[in-house]
Amino acid sequence: MNYETVLTTCTYCGCGCGLLLQVLDGEVVGTLPQKDHVINQGGLCIKGWNAHEFIYQEGRLKRPLINKEGSFREASWEEALGEVATRLKKIKEESGPDSIAGLTSARCTNEENYVFQKWMRAVIGTNNVDHCARL
Amino acid sequence: MKRMLEEKEVSAILALRRNNGHPTPFLFTKAEDLKDWVADEANRYPLTKILIMIAKKDPNETIGIVVRGCEERSLVELLKNFQLRQGKVKAIGIACSQELANRCRCSLPFPSQVEEGQLAKPVEDFSDLEEIEKQPEDERFQYWMKQFGKCIKCYGCRNICPACFCPTCTLEDSNLIKAGGMPPEIPIFHLHKAYHMADRCIDCGLCEEACPMGIPVRRLYRKVKKSVKDLFGYVPGEKEEEKGPLEFLGDGSYELPGAGK
Repeated sequence: MNYETVLTTCTYCGCGCGLLLQVLDGEVVGTLPQKDHVINQGGLCIKGWNAHEFIYQEGRLKRPLINKEGSFREASWEEALGEVATRLKKIKEESGPDSIAGLTSARCTNEENYVFQKWMRAVIGTNNVDHCARL
Repeated sequence: MKRMLEEKEVSAILALRRNNGHPTPFLFTKAEDLKDWVADEANRYPLTKILIMIAKKDPNETIGIVVRGCEERSLVELLKNFQLRQGKVKAIGIACSQELANRCRCSLPFPSQVEEGQLAKPVEDFSDLEEIEKQPEDERFQYWMKQFGKCIKCYGCRNICPACFCPTCTLEDSNLIKAGGMPPEIPIFHLHKAYHMADRCIDCGLCEEACPMGIPVRRLYRKVKKSVKDLFGYVPGEKEEEKGPLEFLGDGSYELPGAGK
């Protein structure tokens, strides 16, 4: 018999509401709003209240997939990231950095989004970076 | 509490624990963990509702729970409605400070047995209801429609409510509301909940605290609660042996004389 709550931040949008994931015997079973959080002050929207529900969804990708000849196959992280890096490098060499654009997500943290735009500008060398919340 | 765990009077105690500086619900199973226990006043969580979930998984364990006045009333309602098992719950009472009682306008800011804290004076303040009851019907209707119009249908007032427990909630019953469709319209959404809570609401105010739009839902529930008291002389959470008057399968003694009588 084990019940605890884990403090975390909602992953659905950029507001950054504080929430508690309820963990019963190692399984995430529910969400509660964090009462003393400066942003949401004990409230949540419908997405936040159900923030735990996707965790055990069957449809979630657990490993990277590579699309080769029209079908996806499972791959290791090393192989998938290697493939992405090689092809991005090739496109950048052939068509210049401005031929690449990066779209990031509201489901990442502020810090992750910061790192992403930094990576687009400093590593790829383009200002073509945007966010799904602005589409 | 330490003794209760050490002597195995209870298998675990549900309370608040200081977690990275924030009070959060936690099930204490080891006596040494109790050093992190807090009786935080500013942050109340629906502990009794969490207890239903834990007790359903381990129905044979006796679990202790730290309760305030409102939470004890919620326990009474949950035991009465067979959501918790008699004898499997051990309430550990703590009293609220006068400051909290005033802020909550609480008419019973302490449980029947208090282990910790000084008893605060009950606050009988119904000025929120009196103020609105004075208004003409038309203005009152406008007031409520304006308030309900703010609703974003987060279902937070229902989710956090320690007296709401139906496995299938009418507000999302697939026979009534299509999956992927819109939730019930205003004011049906709020009035439905108010009707369902009329003989169960223990006036803890968690619903209003959870509302991100600042709708005074507690005011609505206080009104229906008052109506139930005036009509049937019934106060939810008071006596465990007394059934709610809106129970369809009650003994009939609350039925108002009406058609066919």
